[in-house]
Amino acid sequence: MTFGPHLFLALLEGTVAAFVLALTALGLSLVFGVMRIVNVAHGEFFMLGAVLAWAFSSLIPASPALGFILALIASPLAVGAIALLADRLVLRRLHYQPEATIVATIGLLYIIQQSVLSLYGPYARPVPAPIEFRVQFPWFGYSGYKLVVIAAAGFLLAATWYVLMRTRIGLVMRATQFDRETAQAFAIPVERVYSMIFALGAMLAAGAGVLIVPIQQAHYLMGLDPLLLSFITVIVGGLGSLRGTIVAAFLIGISDGIISVFFSPTLAKIIATLFVAMVLVFRPSGLFAQARN
Amino acid sequence: MHSEDRRALLLHLVTLAGLFALQFLLPAYHHTNFARIMVLACYAMGYNLLMGYVGLLSLGHAMLFVAGLYGAGLSAEHLGFGPLTAFVTGVVAGSVLSFAVGMIALRTSGVAFMIVTLMFSQAVFLSTLYFSGVTGGDEGFVLQGAARRIHAGSIILDLSNRTTRYNLALLLFSICLMASFALVRSSAGRVFIAIRENEERTVMLGYDSFRYKLLATVLSGTMSAASGAAYALLFAYVGSTFASIQYSILPLLWVLLGGVGTTLGPLFGTAAMFYLIDFTSDYTSSYLLFVGLALVLIVLLFPQGILGTVRAKAAPWLP
Repeated sequence: MTFGPHLFLALLEGTVAAFVLALTALGLSLVFGVMRIVNVAHGEFFMLGAVLAWAFSSLIPASPALGFILALIASPLAVGAIALLADRLVLRRLHYQPEATIVATIGLLYIIQQSVLSLYGPYARPVPAPIEFRVQFPWFGYSGYKLVVIAAAGFLLAATWYVLMRTRIGLVMRATQFDRETAQAFAIPVERVYSMIFALGAMLAAGAGVLIVPIQQAHYLMGLDPLLLSFITVIVGGLGSLRGTIVAAFLIGISDGIISVFFSPTLAKIIATLFVAMVLVFRPSGLFAQARN
Repeated sequence: MHSEDRRALLLHLVTLAGLFALQFLLPAYHHTNFARIMVLACYAMGYNLLMGYVGLLSLGHAMLFVAGLYGAGLSAEHLGFGPLTAFVTGVVAGSVLSFAVGMIALRTSGVAFMIVTLMFSQAVFLSTLYFSGVTGGDEGFVLQGAARRIHAGSIILDLSNRTTRYNLALLLFSICLMASFALVRSSAGRVFIAIRENEERTVMLGYDSFRYKLLATVLSGTMSAASGAAYALLFAYVGSTFASIQYSILPLLWVLLGGVGTTLGPLFGTAAMFYLIDFTSDYTSSYLLFVGLALVLIVLLFPQGILGTVRAKAAPWLP
């Protein structure tokens, strides 16, 4: 393959990665923006989504498509319930104090990851893609399922945006983010909003996990990479800015796709982590601070 | 010297004497375990200097630990340094790295500081994998032969001998413990605590808080690197696992369990967690589950840790 088609392939791969990353990072960004806490266990919700997708889809072995649809609905719901439980049992009792919460979510990370290891085992298991067709370009064939990922992730992003911007519940969430005390004074049940946001953030990560699992197999350690990438995205986009997160997700997802095709992925990650540390130090409100409203 | 200070000093000396006596009582297996615990407790004490006294929570101390580990291990393996020179190389590597990281990361605070240190440490971890031609990457390498023999005049100390190993670990532990004890009672130590309690007020009183935080970071990094260097030389294995996030979380856990901001807490926390993991890993491969449970339970129910609770309930003079 010559350079042109190679670049095209890299762009395609990057776009798929960007949509999945946008979904995952949006969950982290929502939780940070509204609750002012860093959820280190976010990647584990992604992993849980993928592993549960394997479990649900293997309930209907006859039809991969039906199994996948079941997984896409049931898996985020189950993960949301787990997140709700974690919020009630742990985070709420810590009064969302930033440092204690970080330590607690590190604990949750290990609890979820290691529980999956003992219940599911150290295997990497594939989930069959719900559709089997290849898009034939002149230079190479491309998995049609990856285009489904783009469409589904795009739909979920749009749905989240709609809920936040156009519904009453979204208004309540944004009010809580804007000013917690005033929201409480206006009889907004802040703690319930927090629980909902935490569950919603986890469900977004789980959804991304379900979408990725036909491409990448379900494994108990798969949560670490999305966690670090989401961190990078949320920081580069500006902590707490949802729009910045989405923009950054596309920037990082696509450039990560291109860099990984042409260079060593480890080197790309080293550069990315150092870059994001510098952004956080020298531009703490993100690279696109002025572009925000 | 106040009577309280004397009591605290006595307690430290009794602890060290107790650890010395322990080597004659312990069976072989626990003998080696305790040598490891003492070396790792130095890492925890280094972590505690920053977290417990200055109030800066780092999520990237593994990079400082491996600065010592690789500084000593690589110089012994590739440059043929003897154990003492290799140890010094490791410690210097840790001081230099902590100075550089401190200069950058200390511009941030709170959550941003945690993430910046996490990212730097992740970059170091990935570098150990990227340069696997030199570091051996995941598999690492084992130190052998001359790298584990100290020539002191006509005496040859063999680091694979367990009595030598135990006593060198105890020597390092004693130096780190007494250094921490002296530090927290010094005027710089008082400023550290003042910064933890209220940084703005400390600045208003005329202290350059950045300079004190940098000093604490370098001291903490040096102690962590000393622990890493000793770990490489005494237990002969160097590998990139030690640079992973897990090794940044462990000292946090040890310090939380032992008691944040207590000089002896890190020893108790390290020993308790070491044996919990050692015990549970006999039964299950998912022993890290207990690390997670311990973290959650400590922040929820036992935020002061072992010695913090003792200090609050019975002994307010504990340093």
